[in-house]
Amino acid sequence: MPGEILLEARALSKSYSVSTGAFTQSARRALAVDGVSFALERGETLGIVGESGCGKTTLARMLMRLIEPDSGEILFRGEDWLGARGAKLRSLRRRMQMVFQDPIASLNPRLRVGSIVGEPLAIHEPQLSGEERVARTAEILEAVGLGRDAVTRYPHEFSGGQRQRIGIARALILRPELVIADEPVSALDVSVGAQILELLARLQREFSLTLMLISHSLPVVAQLASRVAVLQTGRIVEIGAAEQVLGAPQHPYTQALLAAVPEIPE
Amino acid sequence: MATSLEVRGLTVELPTPGGWVRPVNEVSFTLGEGETLGIVGESGSGKTMLSLALMGLEPHGARHAGEAWLSLRGAGNGDGGKNGGARNAARANLLTISQNEMRALRGREIAMIFQEPMTALNPVLRIGAQVEEAIRVHEPRAAESEIQRRALQALQRAALSDPARRARQYPHQLSGGLRQRVMIAMALAAGPGVLIADEPTTALDVTVQKQILELLAKLRRELQLSMLFITHDLGVVAQVAGRIAVMYAGRIVEEGPVAEVLRAPRHPYTEGLLRAAPRLTREKLVPIPGTVPSLDALPPGCAFAPRCPHRVAECDAAAPELRAVNKNHEARCILVR
Ligand SMILES: Nc1ncnc2c1ncn2[C@@H]1O[C@H](COP(=O)(O)OP(=O)(O)OP(=O)(O)O)[C@@H](O)[C@H]1O
Ligand SMILES: Nc1ncnc2c1ncn2[C@@H]1O[C@H](COP(=O)(O)OP(=O)(O)OP(=O)(O)O)[C@@H](O)[C@H]1O
Ligand code: SF4
Ligand SMILES: [Mg+2]
Ligand SMILES: [Mg+2]
Repeated sequence: MPGEILLEARALSKSYSVSTGAFTQSARRALAVDGVSFALERGETLGIVGESGCGKTTLARMLMRLIEPDSGEILFRGEDWLGARGAKLRSLRRRMQMVFQDPIASLNPRLRVGSIVGEPLAIHEPQLSGEERVARTAEILEAVGLGRDAVTRYPHEFSGGQRQRIGIARALILRPELVIADEPVSALDVSVGAQILELLARLQREFSLTLMLISHSLPVVAQLASRVAVLQTGRIVEIGAAEQVLGAPQHPYTQALLAAVPEIPE
Repeated sequence: MATSLEVRGLTVELPTPGGWVRPVNEVSFTLGEGETLGIVGESGSGKTMLSLALMGLEPHGARHAGEAWLSLRGAGNGDGGKNGGARNAARANLLTISQNEMRALRGREIAMIFQEPMTALNPVLRIGAQVEEAIRVHEPRAAESEIQRRALQALQRAALSDPARRARQYPHQLSGGLRQRVMIAMALAAGPGVLIADEPTTALDVTVQKQILELLAKLRRELQLSMLFITHDLGVVAQVAGRIAVMYAGRIVEEGPVAEVLRAPRHPYTEGLLRAAPRLTREKLVPIPGTVPSLDALPPGCAFAPRCPHRVAECDAAAPELRAVNKNHEARCILVR
């Protein structure tokens, strides 16, 4: 049963200039993302895996329109996302949110958690009363497993896993349709990482989210993804159902990645 | 099996504004010659502090207690330090020898590699010069040509392709995996018998990690190295170690043969770690509730009690001792009877 396509990337490319040596002025351009195309169905979890520098974060930032692609198209809810301006841009933007890898660097240390999490509401739903905003903030903090009393505290008063929950609460408060999580557990211990992965799985069910889970770790992606895309030097070398890609990989690079995972004996 | 390192009741205390805290608490273990002991535990459990104490590199103001007897390769079999004193021909107590004696042993008898090789390498010195220096400190009278020869040999042993060219490069010109090979070359250049590897592959991609783990396994066999391998990855420890010690809040809570501990853990914390670890096959992850206690607010009894599904009143009365599961396996839990 083919579902509705929520987001579609068509031949996305992005290059950066790299200096070729300390003493030369010449610079060449290196492709970080090289002609990537895929479609995301509403409600699915697409895992993106690949080694450091393969272009995962660059791809995510293009999808979020935090950086401009050199070429390619993105359709979001069937509309031209890269060309969206003004009111159209604002209405689309709030439907797509990102969770970042580093829970410390991505939270403003001078703001209380209530302001950090509630800020997107102030921007995107200015018509809400102060009371309504506080209620929505408390509600989402509870949904991610932090008490209501978190609102008056500062980020440094929380552990790494709790900070990641704050980041997730901030991403979810606008009730987005698509969440892109870039290495959401790689800075966390396993016991805390498992809490965050379980939380993402639960929130996905509760809020009918479409999720893009980016990780360098195949076991992490295996926990949540219904489909997996393998990125190597900016290109998708394999994409398919999770059981297929992880259980019967076709591309030699996927096979090498899987073979290198140190497995815990059963 | 001869013993390379015997640690008894090692405690490290650090001053904090709220008083002394104990990142390493009464740690004891024995490392046999040619053996690899994996030390696992979550962030803050005291793994690095334990290594630093053994290397004589604790932070300023730290104090410690206990013994850590290192068997010296350079020496024959003496009385094993049993006559007391900090050092004799065969063994040295790393916790009581002088700074000068420690400097003489570091690199030559016991060496360490770190998680992030970039912070341990000097960014403005060529690779070759750094490896040569690691040899020169121990052999100040050796001829320069001899030192250079041995440095190249060390780089070659760490499986760096084209070692002569690598020797002329700077650290930033190398990838993370190559830098870690340089660190391994440096650590082993003066021929130590014990190597402490503190998360040597955590910052690397899995494919590069695999190469480094294979290299370490090969060197361990060839050089009869005894290794303390620190990691938080249970899969990695299963691959490299014969025995495993699980740390929680500064203490070893379980120790035993790696296959047995991972298949049949006897401490609820080890069990929790195993159920929380993501695997390639999807199974429901069972997170360990709560978080690691802060060192200045440890529970009075078992440190794991607030997170433990099996907690009973007895757990809070006093910190449980390590109890024997069998003659090779022990766990710090009242459930072991
Ligand atoms: N702002 C930038 N300027 C120049 N090069 C960049 C920039 N951002 C990324 N790159 C390069 O683009 C490539 C892809 O980087 P990207 O951060 O997307 O990879 P990644 O897959 O997210 O890696 P990691 O797993 O380490 O996070 C890398 O070679 C990187 O060095
Ligand atoms: N200089 C210091 N002063 C006070 N406490 C410290 C100092 N260095 C480390 N600690 C504390 O000692 C404890 C043990 O730290 P250690 O670095 O040994 O942990 P670890 O097991 O190596 O963790 P990780 O996996 O994050 O490397 C932690 O609670 C840490 O906060
Ligand atoms: S001693 Fe009690 S609280 Fe501690 S691990 Fe064992 S059962 Fe759990
Ligand atoms: Mg990235
Ligand atoms: Mg450490």
